Amino acid sequence: MIILMIRRLVGLLLTLLAVSALIFLVMALLPGDPAAIMLGTSASADTLAALRQQLGLDQPLLLRYLQWLGGVLQGDLGRSHTYGVPVAGLITERLAVTLPLAAMAILLSVLIAVPLGVTAAAKRNGLVDLAATLFAQAGIAVPAFWMGLLLILLFSMQLGWTPAGGFPGWHAGFFAALHALLLPALALALPQASVLTRVTRTAVLDVLDEDFLRAARAKGLSRRAALWRHAVPNAMVPVVTMLGLQFTFLVAGAVLIENVFNLPGLGRLAYQALSQRDIIVMQDVVLFFAALVIVVNFSVDLSYLWLDPRLRSGKAFS
Amino acid sequence: MTSAPLLRVDDLAVSLRLADGRLLPILSDISFTIGRGETLGIVGESGSGKTILSLAVIGLLPESAAVSGSILFDGKPLTGLDDKSLCRIRGSRIGLIFQEPTAALNPAMTIADQIAEGIVLHRGTGWRDARRQAIELLDRMRIDQAVRRADDYPHELSGGQRQRVGIAIALALEPELLIADEPTTALDATVQQEVLGILTEFVREKGVALMLVSHNLGVVAHMASRMLVLYAGTRMEAGETADVLGDPHNPYTRGLLAALPGRTGRGRRMASIPGTVPSLAHLPPGCRFAGRCADEIPQCSQDEPAWRAFGAARGVRCLRALTTESV
Amino acid sequence: MSGAGPATRGTTGFRLRRHGPLATGLTLILLLAGVALVSLVWTPFPPSKMQIMQKLKPPFEVGLLGTDQYGRDVLSMLMAGAWNSLSIALFAVALGAGIGVVIGLAVAAWRGVLETVTMRGCDVIFAVPPILSAMMLGAFIGPGRWTAIFAIATFMVPVFTRITVGAARQIWTRDFILAARAAGKGPLLISWQHVLPNIVGPIIVQVTIQLGLAILTEAGLSFLGLGLPPPAPSWGRMLAESQTFLRAAPWLAVLPGLAVALSVLGFNLIGDGLRDRLDPRQRGRA
Repeated sequence: MIILMIRRLVGLLLTLLAVSALIFLVMALLPGDPAAIMLGTSASADTLAALRQQLGLDQPLLLRYLQWLGGVLQGDLGRSHTYGVPVAGLITERLAVTLPLAAMAILLSVLIAVPLGVTAAAKRNGLVDLAATLFAQAGIAVPAFWMGLLLILLFSMQLGWTPAGGFPGWHAGFFAALHALLLPALALALPQASVLTRVTRTAVLDVLDEDFLRAARAKGLSRRAALWRHAVPNAMVPVVTMLGLQFTFLVAGAVLIENVFNLPGLGRLAYQALSQRDIIVMQDVVLFFAALVIVVNFSVDLSYLWLDPRLRSGKAFS
Repeated sequence: MTSAPLLRVDDLAVSLRLADGRLLPILSDISFTIGRGETLGIVGESGSGKTILSLAVIGLLPESAAVSGSILFDGKPLTGLDDKSLCRIRGSRIGLIFQEPTAALNPAMTIADQIAEGIVLHRGTGWRDARRQAIELLDRMRIDQAVRRADDYPHELSGGQRQRVGIAIALALEPELLIADEPTTALDATVQQEVLGILTEFVREKGVALMLVSHNLGVVAHMASRMLVLYAGTRMEAGETADVLGDPHNPYTRGLLAALPGRTGRGRRMASIPGTVPSLAHLPPGCRFAGRCADEIPQCSQDEPAWRAFGAARGVRCLRALTTESV
Repeated sequence: MSGAGPATRGTTGFRLRRHGPLATGLTLILLLAGVALVSLVWTPFPPSKMQIMQKLKPPFEVGLLGTDQYGRDVLSMLMAGAWNSLSIALFAVALGAGIGVVIGLAVAAWRGVLETVTMRGCDVIFAVPPILSAMMLGAFIGPGRWTAIFAIATFMVPVFTRITVGAARQIWTRDFILAARAAGKGPLLISWQHVLPNIVGPIIVQVTIQLGLAILTEAGLSFLGLGLPPPAPSWGRMLAESQTFLRAAPWLAVLPGLAVALSVLGFNLIGDGLRDRLDPRQRGRA
């Protein structure tokens, strides 16, 4: 078991390395001189040369990659061209928005999807099941950023319950900050929840025919108790798997949503870096997101051990 | 058995509603009783409706099932009871042992917790206390190092150990009636004896009534004082085990006896009964055993023979039984 | 849930569930394709014609679906946007599926190191959301049709690779492959003649589902300004521009989003319906 986990960990590190190389290569090999792109067309030849030297563009490709990678490993992500500050600090600062946003979105989506999917499965072909099926179909088709616009229209414009965007910062108070994140988190959560609802329903339906549920009922457990205590825990592996697979899309959604709601998060940073041609920041943020996706998927693998005791003996771990 | 029996099943019939809305009869004309502390063996091949009968008694039939007739437990009807009342009886007064111990245990819960769960539910004991009782039960089930094994998950146990956990769960609250649905079929031959031994010991000690459902005539002969033979969803013969086996009146019972391994009875044939149990969707018009029966006469395929009681608490369903010189 | 099998009923709702999705999906997509094609030759107004005097008029007042901040006809823009959206999605999926299936077939045929490397490669690409790879591409080659297509296609290659490898591996274990090998056919020929025809089903299902996803992603890209540059109408940019006028002209935010959602829904419904037909074992699964 431990050997398997170590092998996975090594695989994870190799994947991360490959991702960093890929990002670097894409950025380095694409046509166009980064220095020229960053400075725009009006720059003089001197400033251009100075920037090229500052960025190390005059050095060989491999050396530049190793320098970047070495820096990243030591926590030095380089310096932002537009902000003039270290990128590491910039990312940490923006993370204080993106991380809570993503966490809230995942939490909300689970809170919506699991009860809905479980009820739909337990009362198959009933009204809840129909509603869950419709929600699942509609939710997958709705872009998160449009959901954001609709939520703003409803909750901010019509009802005036929540701010239409912006972020007061955590220093403005925990609940004020949470309040500002609620709508964007919901916009991210609803499409996620629709996918999860579908998976939960299928997973629970698969478990419902199991003998151990009949055995739980034979002990005298009510339908509801048997469902939640015995069926649901055994249906969580596919749900968590989907949560991991969806994380990439959650990240993509967050980039868009932060722009809809004007939240100073990582996604907005990436967007600003794009419009300001701040290539180092782009490179670092993309690497950071990719690392996040990989680590989340690794955690999902780890969580199987907790969810399914059979895997702990290490016989079936793929 | 002077007082009222613990379980009394009268004219029980169960049908399942199919996807297209038709009703498929699974069981019909089932009647029997089990006294307190008594063991009734119910014998039948797969497809005879044994499992549905077990589920009917404990009230766990699928929603698509339609039930008629009556099931009286301790003098009170179980049929028509709401689920909440049934939940109070299930586990505490009626226990159920499943055929497949592997499938009947929750793979994501420790065995002690699965045993303790019923104790917590019905007695309101705390989990810590219930777990301690669970360990005691495991010990009684002769599971080595019960304290250490208590936190094991089902997959860490052998098949025989799992079934002992299944028995512990069913007996945790010392129910008055225990239903064992093919309790040893899924186990290796050597383990079967051991598990049956543990089961018998417990049932005797606590005076638990046992409804032992099996296709294995040998097991039933060994354990049950009375028996009931099921075929294709209905009863064929019933009575004291010794009487039924010593003087079977239904050709099907005789066929089962003849197929019993190690028996050197008449004809000395060890052959199984030719053919298979008819599909419940396509039952023959007359006797359900017609077509496989060695003693068949033309009238057998006309009407289904009625159940006839005779002698000391015996009964049989066969046109040719109880005629002057039965075959 | 009484512990045993779930009840199944032959209600109309059940039948609707069986046949409704595919029909609904096909209707939606035929409508989308029809509108997209018509927009090439005719729209009520030229989609980029500005009439400042008529700006921000609600639906039915000017044109069928109102006008935007420059007085452009929303219906005409939506129609032209349908073409842009659909064509980018089709190109991206064709590219992604084409490359992915070829790689997948090769991996299934040769296995070994190729498989390890490819599967790791899939992990690598999966880790970078298409929005971010589009941003990287966009930073250099600028926004546009090909930036969007490449970014979306890049993400789809591993999707199709995995699907193909999974399906093709099963085919490779079958007897008729053994027979073909015995006949002296090489892996290339076997992949083409025997494997590919037998895995077309799951690939087609995946193509429809990925078309929906491509439309969704394209909308996101053009929302960020990484899609077609103006004045070419695009649903995503219409949504981005609508943000300024949310209060004054909510229809500008609602209608393009609805167009995206209905298109994606259409492809997903077709995908589900096809999956039910092609692979009955997967019925009702996600």
